[in-house]
Amino acid sequence: MESLIFLILFPLIAGGIMLFLPNGRGRDLFVNFAAIVTCLGSLYLLFEYFGKGEVLFAVDGTFVDPLILAAEVAIGLFIIGISLKFKKYLVTVLAALQLAMAAYTEIVFEPAHNIGFDLFIDPFSLIMALIIGIIGSLICVYATGYMKTYHEHHKDVKDRRPLFFFLMFLFLSAMFGIVFSNNIMWLFLFWEITTLCSFLLIGYARDEVSWKNAFWALLLNVIGGVAFSGAILFINAFSAGTDIYLNELLKSSPEIALVAAAFIGFAGLTKSAQFPFSSWLVGAMVAPTPVSALLHSSTMVKAGVYVIVRFAPIYESSLIGIAFAFIGALTFLTASAIAISQSNAKKVLAYSTIANLGLVVACAGIGTEEAVWAAILLIIFHAVAKSLLFLSVGSVEHQKHSRDIEDMGGLIAAMPKIALMMLIGMAGMFLAPFGMLISKWASIHAFVNAIPPFGMLLIAIIAYGSGITVFFWTKWMGKIIEVRTERKPVEKEASRPEMSAILTLGGLTVLACLIFPLISSTMIEPYLHAIYHTTSPLLSLSNEIIMLFMIVVVILLPLSLFHFAKGRTLRRQYMGARVTEVEGEHLKFLGSMGVMKEEELSNYYFPNMFGEKELSRAGVWSSILIIVVMFALLSWVFPLGVMM
Amino acid sequence: MLTGEPVIGILLFIILAPFVGTIVLGLDRIITARMQGRVGPPLFQPMYDILKLFEKEKMVIHESQNFWIFGYLVFIIITGALFFGGSDILLVIFALTLAEVSLILGAFSSGSPYAHVGAERELIQLMAIEPMIIIAAVGFYEVTNSFNTLDIASYGSPLILVLPGIFIGFVYILTVKLRKSPFDISTSHHAHQELVRGLNTEFAGSTLGMIELAHLYELVFLLGFLFLFFGFAAPIIGIIVIALVYLLEIFVDNATSRVKWSFMLDSCWIVTAVAGVLNLMALYLILR
Repeated sequence: MESLIFLILFPLIAGGIMLFLPNGRGRDLFVNFAAIVTCLGSLYLLFEYFGKGEVLFAVDGTFVDPLILAAEVAIGLFIIGISLKFKKYLVTVLAALQLAMAAYTEIVFEPAHNIGFDLFIDPFSLIMALIIGIIGSLICVYATGYMKTYHEHHKDVKDRRPLFFFLMFLFLSAMFGIVFSNNIMWLFLFWEITTLCSFLLIGYARDEVSWKNAFWALLLNVIGGVAFSGAILFINAFSAGTDIYLNELLKSSPEIALVAAAFIGFAGLTKSAQFPFSSWLVGAMVAPTPVSALLHSSTMVKAGVYVIVRFAPIYESSLIGIAFAFIGALTFLTASAIAISQSNAKKVLAYSTIANLGLVVACAGIGTEEAVWAAILLIIFHAVAKSLLFLSVGSVEHQKHSRDIEDMGGLIAAMPKIALMMLIGMAGMFLAPFGMLISKWASIHAFVNAIPPFGMLLIAIIAYGSGITVFFWTKWMGKIIEVRTERKPVEKEASRPEMSAILTLGGLTVLACLIFPLISSTMIEPYLHAIYHTTSPLLSLSNEIIMLFMIVVVILLPLSLFHFAKGRTLRRQYMGARVTEVEGEHLKFLGSMGVMKEEELSNYYFPNMFGEKELSRAGVWSSILIIVVMFALLSWVFPLGVMM
Repeated sequence: MLTGEPVIGILLFIILAPFVGTIVLGLDRIITARMQGRVGPPLFQPMYDILKLFEKEKMVIHESQNFWIFGYLVFIIITGALFFGGSDILLVIFALTLAEVSLILGAFSSGSPYAHVGAERELIQLMAIEPMIIIAAVGFYEVTNSFNTLDIASYGSPLILVLPGIFIGFVYILTVKLRKSPFDISTSHHAHQELVRGLNTEFAGSTLGMIELAHLYELVFLLGFLFLFFGFAAPIIGIIVIALVYLLEIFVDNATSRVKWSFMLDSCWIVTAVAGVLNLMALYLILR
């Protein structure tokens, strides 16, 4: 238990100290130190609880409960205050509503806190803790280098780095809290802290656009918060009292569990930026890159899918689950399609996150053993590969002063190390035999057997989405390796902390692909076994061997370059046999009017077919429809008489 | 074709596929020539072409492009080997995607406008056909309850009886896959003036040879995929139908002119939805 509490409290305290440390080497060293300790802490957790299954801990509530309550009220008042100040009255109303519901719950039902276990750890939360601990701390290390350059480039933004690092570590602390909380009231507090942190981090630059996007994120997340407090109110009002503990709730009567799962799952949709709530994550791109990386890989959105996957066994073969599965699948398809029309690298990454989480939600909604297996694998691979991509794009942006994909032509020659890492990250996102594809393969396997005939419709959605994913990733990869003329690499691709984080994540991506059978057999399968009590082999040995074989082939293939470097004649591009010449890094050719023209190549984006506006609108409305139907179903599942 | 021992299937594929592919392509060229009132090349001309390519000067824009093309060849062979070795068909499809992506990246890497446009069009083709291939695999599963190609091929009755829509959809995208007109938009055999062979523009000598060799392997794999619709339950009919389908492809190739990419994408997706997805849905009614 000590290590759990340590992981929750240490980043909080370390972050608190950072709040008072001035910019400079000392603070950077302290950030690195805190990151390493957090990372080692999560590794120690692995060492301590590996193979132990679910372990529950009772915490003496007399001291903690008032603190939790006070923190919740403080957060509520802060949100109300700041939204009043900025005249965002809708946020004010929702935050007040949420606070009132929480107060009502506390006063009327006085949830008895001392009869259950407040903290717990099981293989799933252990996996999540590793993602938060390792990837989250790497991002913090990266941020020390990045933020320095950021402020050199953005003179207009006031330097608030002490607050920045405090919020980053507070975020990690809250995330640990979310995955370790068995008490839903606690879980909710940490949930609210992540909402608050993301709001303040998105608004870091404090200009008009940042505030606008920050408030938009806050608004959507407060909607989720209201749903969450609704779930808590419901659980307290209609259940035996012990159901405020996750492990009890999952075992409780189907009606209670299903209603709670629907409301908390709804909150999860807002946090994991599923349609119709996806827009806040796209808007969050205004934040400095480490924030985006943190939001996308190890915090925020992962908190959303975490709770949804937690409730997956309850969704299994229920209409509520089907509704979630369709929202997820729809999000996967729509967000992937929108990614085609985007040339802003961070937006492409954002939409691909939304899409991938859609796949996770779809799997969790199906809720079968196989589907949850795919969901957890997706979470792992997405966390590693996406953080790698964000950090790489961030560093490229500082060199090229642009985050547009079209400006990344020939990056492999100019910034070979980072470009290679980006290629690894992208391959990890969609190519066989890398991680994400294994998960996609698993989800197709899972959907085929799931809830006929809905499973088939989901498969069709995944099939189209899969083709679309190949398109937008490959064209980006193509841009990076498109080298027209000889060019020299830049002297320094990124600062040392940035480079070390990027290279480590690149290594982790490959490692995750190599050892995923091990992760599956030692952690995911035991977790599933504890829930579903079956031991069907999810991944046959022969398929495992084929995948590993393919990975080895992919790793070895670059060796062929030595062979291909021998005995070749180098020629310039064939441009319909026109005269060409090289000027600096530019390739020129003789145009029809006898003038030398510069060659320019750009990719297809199909704005008419995959336009952001139209597709978003379609996605938003159809997902709203599904949600409305879902809650209508819910009132049918849960007869009104019981509710009154 | 498929055997009980995966290793034999894999070895037979690796050794025989280039010859089978050569014969099919050779016949293709002869029949095409006859349709156009020409005599046409000898049967083994495709093989001679490849051998000739390997003797030519090794010209490249930069060495890395060969790495991608070599990767393409390797993964096309792995795709076919997995397929004929009786492995999970979804893995086969994903290996095929990896191979295709490798080829496209090879074309991108050259930084040439013709290759660039060809690569983008090839990418559109990939996006157009991918859903249908996955849906075909799922259709096989729905009937046979297995994703393994060996189990699918050894199913008791011919799958085409319950998967007619998926078969039609697959034949439709086969035109794209075989780079036949009206969907030969990425390499354009016959439109030298427009794309100068698009995707293939910047590949010469042994590099181009590797691409052509990979095509032979891919061709055999695709025909093998078609064979799954008949399996060991109706092998003779299967081979006859495949021959007829191929003849039809040649005819369409000669009788149509190229279309715009948007038509290709739209029509492939619509055919997939109508023929493929509806067939999948109908399976619930048939099988229950």
